[in-house]
Amino acid sequence: MGRPTAPAIPTWKRVVVSSVFAGLLGFVWTQREHALAMDPGRGSAASGIEFEEVSASAGLVFRHEAARLDPQLAHIEAELSTLGAAVSVVDADADGWVDVYATTSATGASNALFHNQRDGRFQDVAAAAGMADLNRPGEGASMGSIWADLDGDGDEDAYVYKWGYPQLFRNEGELRFADQSASSGLRRWINANTACWIDYDRDGYLDLFTAGYFADDVNLYELEHTRIRQNSFEFATNGGTKRLYRNQGDLRFEERTDLLGRTITRWTLGSAAADFDSDGWIDLYVANDYGPEEYFRNVAGARFEEQLDAGLKESSKSGMCVAVGDFQNDGALDTYVTNISKRGYLFQGNNLRRNDLSINGKFENLGDAQGGQLADCGWAWGAQFGDFDRDGWPDLFVANGFLSASQERDYWYQMGKIAQGAGNIFQDVKAWPPIEDRSLSGYERSSVLRNLRGQAWLDVAEKAGVRDLYDGRAVALADLWNRGALDVLVANQRGPLLAYKNVGGTSNGWTGVALHGRAPNISAIGAHVMLHFGARRQCRVVDGGSGFSAQNDRRLLFGIGSETGALTADVAWPSGQVQKGLVLLPGRWNEVREP
Amino acid sequence: MSQPNKGKGLDPRILSSSLLTLVLLIGQWQFQILGDYQRWALALSVSFASEIALSLWLRRSFPNLLSAYISGNSIAILLKPAAGVWWPFWVGALLSILSKYVLTWRGNHVWNPTNFAMCMMMLLAPAQVTLLSHEWGNTWWTIGVIWAVGLLVVVRARVWHLTLSYVALFVLLAWFRTLFNGVPLRAEIAPVTGAMYTLFMLFMITDPRTVVPGRARQLWVVAAIALVECAIRMARDFDLIASDNPLSFAPPMYALFIVGSLAMFHHLQFRPGEQKAARAAT
Repeated sequence: MGRPTAPAIPTWKRVVVSSVFAGLLGFVWTQREHALAMDPGRGSAASGIEFEEVSASAGLVFRHEAARLDPQLAHIEAELSTLGAAVSVVDADADGWVDVYATTSATGASNALFHNQRDGRFQDVAAAAGMADLNRPGEGASMGSIWADLDGDGDEDAYVYKWGYPQLFRNEGELRFADQSASSGLRRWINANTACWIDYDRDGYLDLFTAGYFADDVNLYELEHTRIRQNSFEFATNGGTKRLYRNQGDLRFEERTDLLGRTITRWTLGSAAADFDSDGWIDLYVANDYGPEEYFRNVAGARFEEQLDAGLKESSKSGMCVAVGDFQNDGALDTYVTNISKRGYLFQGNNLRRNDLSINGKFENLGDAQGGQLADCGWAWGAQFGDFDRDGWPDLFVANGFLSASQERDYWYQMGKIAQGAGNIFQDVKAWPPIEDRSLSGYERSSVLRNLRGQAWLDVAEKAGVRDLYDGRAVALADLWNRGALDVLVANQRGPLLAYKNVGGTSNGWTGVALHGRAPNISAIGAHVMLHFGARRQCRVVDGGSGFSAQNDRRLLFGIGSETGALTADVAWPSGQVQKGLVLLPGRWNEVREP
Repeated sequence: MSQPNKGKGLDPRILSSSLLTLVLLIGQWQFQILGDYQRWALALSVSFASEIALSLWLRRSFPNLLSAYISGNSIAILLKPAAGVWWPFWVGALLSILSKYVLTWRGNHVWNPTNFAMCMMMLLAPAQVTLLSHEWGNTWWTIGVIWAVGLLVVVRARVWHLTLSYVALFVLLAWFRTLFNGVPLRAEIAPVTGAMYTLFMLFMITDPRTVVPGRARQLWVVAAIALVECAIRMARDFDLIASDNPLSFAPPMYALFIVGSLAMFHHLQFRPGEQKAARAAT
């Protein structure tokens, strides 16, 4: 049966439709490059953000070496052994000048404790301090460290987490450390890439949260089987256990994982502790690879409740880190969780979660709304909020890049084969195509995202002098030379530790807050400071471990722009005590002691 | 637009669109595949609006909207653009529908509309557009449900041989590739178990409008698609084409883009009468 004959279409109509069609294709062509950040005209240049890489001249010479794994993993070892480059900031000798601890992961390779010489240079004292030789056969590979005064003796002790047995060190003063792991209650095999301090019960002692990446029963150096990877590309649940340890004092810990409730063993890579809901009790925020983020609300120190309706479940991505900051200056602490984007293959996008807990109980993801440069940085890892140009709006530093090997050969297509498969094929490393010398999102530059008044972001890395193409992992911020400027440390996988000295010529003002808590938490980790400057306010938290495998300067540096009026601060101490209306002086570090 | 099944039972596209709706519901319920509903609404509304407008203006008849429904949904499901990028949803939907009116030969459109739009956007703007490239979860039951219903649809539409022969050829050629590329067979087969391929095999290569008539010829075309895809994959395995070459992003999509259109063009050029008869009989 034939169709009725369609009326002939006039030529001019064909021309019109064809023109629209061609125009549409032309429009697509104009979109061939990445979407730019939305710049509302408030600045298109670096505007005072400028860095100089000074690791060599500053004596911060250190190179990460990757862990060697079981021979059964040889065909993808380059893809697997891609974590462990970590850096933390600590004032190890409590002299008012921050020091730096960096980890490496190869068996026999030494971690470094760079002591600040106060003359612009650092000296590695790890060997003499007893903090170098941590990557011993059978003990596992270092993955990162967090520091805090755990026993109230006035200096910060260290917890080094590993793919292996973690280690706890007592700071004995004079840059000497004693290994307390055996008696600490923490010696059990875990494959951790994150940890943070949290005084969840407000007893003054800092407790420990840590989480495994690989499952706890996996020994990557002596495999019992090869089904060790994620049991799903998007919703993996066979990772390491999240663990909570209560500090009993004297560097002894009691496991209280039960207080976290029934948690899913996701593949955790990032964690941070802060009082997100402003109820006076410090909460936990967790970023998971191959899974959604998780927010655990601290219920008056008695237990944690995962907030399943906090808006985090809608997107399951590859969470790599948790950075905490108040990017809109609304007084609430927001989070930035990095993910993966790769041209042509995968656009997960980083999540910028505005804290709307007081409004609707949710974190609102503004990653999409605030521009491509914020969301699609590449394969993004560590990130931190910091006001690099001191204009009063916290910027972001994001380290990118996963595996840089061959310049010509790439593994994305090969990995895509198993990433698409149903069932547990992704889980068994035997099923993975050999990576050979291929790169995987290699040679990606870090991003320096200038905060345009909380509404948009502009990547100014090139102009700011951040041009290295190493595989960035941990990012830690500190005022390394007590100049009132935020410097940036970047630990690179299989690459050097980089020190980006902030040399921006900004005329913007600043003020700093150095909190001194009551012992034992002398660094006041977990304290919130709300700075009021002019009509603005900004909240910061004293860092007990955040980003990816990093810990920032405990001191809080605020940019204040051109504000010349009074500066006041409210301090919410982790003990629950609150001080309001403290007057701060501009252009200096203000010492504030807990009453 | 025609009413191809009028008087001959259910239009197979009703079954296809029902399956697509099922995929959407399961995918969104379990895995939030749509991201948010606005994108879906945008793609769907642009599909509907452009189909209605073009059909009324050019053909002076109100169209059957099933095709637009399938295109809009397919774009929403398959498209995974960069963060904050919305244009591919309306552009993709509009390109899909426009391609049916512009890229015609002897009164028939040549490309599967969604396939054309996706391939062109990935080709021209790979920095902002990509395809669904990974699993939805990894549970077999999800894929099982879609396959079970999908097979009912393709059997009812009498195109099951396209789907099943493609699966068989994919597995055979995957084995062939492993003889050379050193990749475990299960990794080489894995893609065909994933969400994107499921949609590809159940919707795209079985599209009655862009499949040549005649079972034997259809099987030859499917074989050619599988072979071209295999060639693309081999070329990528041995780095004969670069990682950022769009062919690398979605080998089956481009194989269909190339082979499907050539086959359709050849058929329309040399056997125009058969296509009319086939359409009437579909």
